Amino acid sequence: MTFEEKLALGRTVELGSHTFTAEEIKTFARKYDPQPFHVSEEEARKSVLGGLCASGWHTAAMWMRHHVLGRAAAEERIRAAGGSPIVFGPARGLTDLEWLKPAYAGDTVTFTQTALSYKAIPGKPDWYMLQSRCEAINQDGKPIMRFMASVMVSEG
Amino acid sequence: MDANGKRWTYDDFEVGMVLDLGSVAVEAGEIIEFARQFDPQPMHLEDAAGEASLLGGLSAAGFHVGAMMMRLMCDGFLLDSTSQGAPGLDFLHWRKPVLAGDTISLRMTVEAKRESKSRPNLGLVTLRQDLFNQHNEQVCEMRSTVMFLKRNGSESR
Repeated sequence: MTFEEKLALGRTVELGSHTFTAEEIKTFARKYDPQPFHVSEEEARKSVLGGLCASGWHTAAMWMRHHVLGRAAAEERIRAAGGSPIVFGPARGLTDLEWLKPAYAGDTVTFTQTALSYKAIPGKPDWYMLQSRCEAINQDGKPIMRFMASVMVSEG
Repeated sequence: MDANGKRWTYDDFEVGMVLDLGSVAVEAGEIIEFARQFDPQPMHLEDAAGEASLLGGLSAAGFHVGAMMMRLMCDGFLLDSTSQGAPGLDFLHWRKPVLAGDTISLRMTVEAKRESKSRPNLGLVTLRQDLFNQHNEQVCEMRSTVMFLKRNGSESR
């Protein structure tokens, strides 16, 4: 398997889905984002958002969970094909994050990732910076969040 | 301040204004709890794996750092504002790891503001966040645009 095949370059990979419950939305928000529309059904109904919905950070963190789980599945596939899995290093950051719609309580959100390109990192001979487009899509097929992520990877 | 007593409306932000949004101590237990749920990689779950990683210790997940910044923003001004939410982030860059035992402090700078063309009761404020550890090293930076009602714009609530 080539490095590009291992990265699934250019292919949109479905990482998995999650149904957001009211309880977990409120638990996350009480700790990290206690704005009224994330912690109270009643306040949320009165707000511009119209109903209890997850903090954007909760949606983003849930993308990360599915990315990590998806990574483990990809490693299995590479090993099964007789290859050595790529190694992920720290993420450098993200750009152009858009919260297009909220994830409302009861919504089932599917997370995807598309590896777009990679380039050498000056001063770090074994590492590359991988650029990916990351998305979250609700049960109606509507994108609710997207961003571009940069993470360090090595051929392993 | 608006008619509902909110301290921060669109009118209260001035370009160039710098606000200290406070600080928080980052506990190992919280790092592990967040990572179990959202970023179950060894360097966020175990001391030994963290020390062996490029990050040099048990480190908070990147989105955990973002979530902690959000909480500092909430307590520092957002909950006492006419915020109508943020459509996104221009960027979020992790400069250095946030390690167990660190104390992180957030500083906000008002970079720009403009009135909404489509909703006259609303304005958009571009806010830059700089997060520092106890050694005054920058660990994270972020820029976002947040929508706020104007001082006399609370009719939609």
